[in-house]
Amino acid sequence: MSDGHSSSAVPVREGLFTSAEDGSPRLIGGLCVACRHHHFPLLTTCPYCSAEGVTEARLSAVGSLWGWTTVTTVPPGYRGEVPFGFGVVELPEGLRVITRLTEPAPDRLERGQPMRLVLTPLHVDQEGRSVVTYAFAPAVDPR
Amino acid sequence: MSTAVEVAGVGLHPFGRFEGTTVTDMGVAAVRAALREANVGRGDFQAAFCGTVYSGVAAGHKVLGALGMTGIPIVDVEAGCASGGAALMLGAGAIRSGQYDTVLVFGMEKMPKGIIRSSFFEPWREEAGLAVTPAYFALRAQRLMRESGVTVDHLAQVVVKNRRNGVNNPAALFRSEVTAADVLASRVVCEPLRLWMLCSPGEGAAAVVLRRASGRSGVTVEAAALRSHLPGNVLGEATPMAGLVDDTFPSPTALAAQAAYAEAGVGPDDLDVVECQDTDAARELLSYEELGLCAKGDAAHFLGAGNPKMSGRLPVNPSGGLLSKGEPLGASALGQVVELVHQLRGGAGPRQVDGARVALAHTVGRGANACVVILRGHP
Repeated sequence: MSDGHSSSAVPVREGLFTSAEDGSPRLIGGLCVACRHHHFPLLTTCPYCSAEGVTEARLSAVGSLWGWTTVTTVPPGYRGEVPFGFGVVELPEGLRVITRLTEPAPDRLERGQPMRLVLTPLHVDQEGRSVVTYAFAPAVDPR
Repeated sequence: MSTAVEVAGVGLHPFGRFEGTTVTDMGVAAVRAALREANVGRGDFQAAFCGTVYSGVAAGHKVLGALGMTGIPIVDVEAGCASGGAALMLGAGAIRSGQYDTVLVFGMEKMPKGIIRSSFFEPWREEAGLAVTPAYFALRAQRLMRESGVTVDHLAQVVVKNRRNGVNNPAALFRSEVTAADVLASRVVCEPLRLWMLCSPGEGAAAVVLRRASGRSGVTVEAAALRSHLPGNVLGEATPMAGLVDDTFPSPTALAAQAAYAEAGVGPDDLDVVECQDTDAARELLSYEELGLCAKGDAAHFLGAGNPKMSGRLPVNPSGGLLSKGEPLGASALGQVVELVHQLRGGAGPRQVDGARVALAHTVGRGANACVVILRGHP
């Protein structure tokens, strides 16, 4: 698991998340000025109400676990390791996000537990750079 | 509806794995069989709609080209797993509108093995390991287990039921019975789904000839409704990256069912037999609820009471379903229709549901798209 990835790391896609140097990444979503709902990834048109006034929004880095499973077979186009966790995290903005999970064991996760956004390495590209994407990891309950 | 649309003939290329047989070969076999049964030849139908996902450019033309039957409009239709149903909707609608008298509808596919690769997922989603169709199925199964009292044993029972039905279907890929213990002992693909709870991508073709009917006889198409997911709906076959925290979204299946029931003037209580999408065992259980065969939250009870068995109140997937037949995406919906036409004619042999008069076919898949077709037999 990579907290604060090095300068040789590249995101799996530009514009999905911020690459903060302090190791606290944030997902880049959109906020519709008309219906006030958030979406992810950022689009130019609101995917819920079709309005064109969308502003960029940094989404909360902590959410709660809504659903989870484990990927045990290498899926199409994927060059990383298996198994890995896969699930849905609910953010306070009223958004459910499909995501990798750092915890692959389903019996070590439970519904509603706090999850924190991290960056995780996928594989090393042809230039020797680590390709990273976002994932959620179990967070210590702040209480 | 004013104009009745009747099924003039049906044809099938078996579902399974056929080394050395092209998708065009399979399409030709199914189309030829349907045209022969309908006694319809070249020049006797005015348009063709071909449901397919992976067959490439002008795939339907290649089939009719191989039969010397081009010159008419030939349209390939892609709507994920509901492609064949979408083709049928367009064909039936064209007849009802008066545009054509007789239309050929067919579907075909030759799927690669393993987890389906889909251009629906952007390259970065593949690279990030998020293009995992069975993982989305697993999240849906987990939700169903949470909300409807479904257990892994119920999931296994769906497989046992459908595989038992498949024994009697010569056009199925798998024709052997399995036990619940066998299903539960198969490899975990994505918890809670075991390998045998997932249908196998497959090959096959199916064809239906539709024509305008002066009266109501034989088998009529009472409704064919296609719907897509509503904006913001995060789970199910739509699989966007994110959606709203809102559990009140009607699913594409529920939307299509509602439209089809209204169009046909029937309700779930009027059905005698159902073929539904069982890409995984949980998908079938969810369909019981979304199609209104039982109340929301009641799928486990509906199954446990034996309702969807051959001996039950409403047999579901007498053909063995996709769990027995495998899934050739473009062909699966019309494969269901072919099965139900045999059922409504009373010609389904050892799979016959006695006295079946009203039948429903359901497919749902990527997009999301869902299609519900309602057929009626006139004795």
